Amino acid sequence: MKDIAIVGYQQSDLVSDAGACNEVEMIIPVLGKLYEQVGITNAQDVDFVCSGSCDYLQGAAFAFVMGVDALGAVPPIKESHVEMDAAWALYESILKIRMGQAESALIYGFGKSSPGELPIVLSQQLDPYYLAPLWVDTVSLAAMQARMMLDQGLITEQDMAEVVARSRQNARRNPHAQLAGDVSADDVLAQETFVSPLRKADMCPVSDGASAVVIATVEKAREWGIPYAVISGIDHCIETHNLGMRDLTDSSSTRTAAKNAGMHNGAVDVAELYAPFSHQEIILTRALGLDSNTSINPSGGVLAGNPMMAAGLSRIGEVFNRIVSGEASRGIAHATSGPCLQHNLVTVLEKA
Amino acid sequence: MSEENEVITGIDAPVALKYNFTAGAAAARFLTQVKKGVLTGQRCPKCSQVYVPPRGSCAACGVPTEEEVELSDKATVQSFTIVSIPIPNNPIQPPYVIANLVADGANISFIHLMSECVNEEVHIGQRVQAQWKPQEEWDYAMDNIRYFTPIDEPDVPVEKIGHVPVSGWEG
Repeated sequence: MKDIAIVGYQQSDLVSDAGACNEVEMIIPVLGKLYEQVGITNAQDVDFVCSGSCDYLQGAAFAFVMGVDALGAVPPIKESHVEMDAAWALYESILKIRMGQAESALIYGFGKSSPGELPIVLSQQLDPYYLAPLWVDTVSLAAMQARMMLDQGLITEQDMAEVVARSRQNARRNPHAQLAGDVSADDVLAQETFVSPLRKADMCPVSDGASAVVIATVEKAREWGIPYAVISGIDHCIETHNLGMRDLTDSSSTRTAAKNAGMHNGAVDVAELYAPFSHQEIILTRALGLDSNTSINPSGGVLAGNPMMAAGLSRIGEVFNRIVSGEASRGIAHATSGPCLQHNLVTVLEKA
Repeated sequence: MSEENEVITGIDAPVALKYNFTAGAAAARFLTQVKKGVLTGQRCPKCSQVYVPPRGSCAACGVPTEEEVELSDKATVQSFTIVSIPIPNNPIQPPYVIANLVADGANISFIHLMSECVNEEVHIGQRVQAQWKPQEEWDYAMDNIRYFTPIDEPDVPVEKIGHVPVSGWEG
């Protein structure tokens, strides 16, 4: 089986409202920078393209098809799409390469959440018979999860505030971050609660943005002569739709995915975790068994900006950046989907 | 069948989501011009094709389109269909003609209606012109043009549709 590597990553600035900008206009600048980074002209120069997006976000039917206008699809290209975070588009692309049907792939994700009411829109991903008709929003579900953890003594509000403070501090070095600043845990705790026990700072912001990655076989990456990071493992696991059947204070699916992806075969220098709420970063850190030897969310994570359908792919890109810069030699990226960390994907990246 | 064994074949769970949708930068510029009674396309910097309405990119080349091109409101029929059945919620009474039209100066067609014509005589290559609503009714909308009507100009040969500037095609 051929080894596969990431050879390029770009993302847009994360903003609360991209304004009068359609999906193509959001994607094209990111792809342009990525082509330049990898040294290709357009999507014609890769064997496969896969995107991740969700039309419910901006409320435009078949917006994902419009996204193809950014690619240069004449003559026709091999193209696919997942109605999921683009981290899963990367997963599909890896399968495509492993099946021997491609040597390289372009993966992009985009989300324009500003036109809708994101927590309400996301309520429609719940079980359609019992939960979706109740319009239970994602923030309320996460708040119930945090409440469980606080009441069981698994975390304190101070622990949650420290996650936020570290995100804001780390994000000061992330030029694309939406929220960054010299914020302390005390500053966070001074905020009033929003959806109890969550404060606004405990929640990721609503963001518009896009990100993109190019992957290739290691052979191809060497042929292109550009820096790369090897994808040594990837796996994803999902938990039941029925929230009542899950242990919401743990993330067993993340733990299993990490094990299957081979995370424990070496040291983890850096971990980018898709934790849209502060307490979820603690759940993930514990499920993965990470300690102080691992730098967690050096980009600020998604508390610093959460472009839906792109943020999971961006976690992978952020780890790639740190490996090619020499800052880390091995790292993991986590992506999530569904309420309260229902569906989780773990990617292990290593220095070439 | 007893009540406790009743087969549930459906439930009512109405979904209503509110959006503040934006057309996009390119479409917004197009609609601003349409409100003034002008059709504007965008030219691809790579293949030179002119798109109307523009989307901000050349779908063929995958590059941003920025150069704006003012187009004539004359066009050529690239294809058409005669609709003979009523479409639910469509106020237009059949039979009527929907046509793929290439505006003079553009290379890619857009869809609009044809009227004040003999439906059976509509043909590919036929020359048409926009019939605009009264100026005081113009809005950010394509129906500022009510429909297109045939004009007395020579047909454009099929293979040249979308490949010649046309305004006054001399064939």
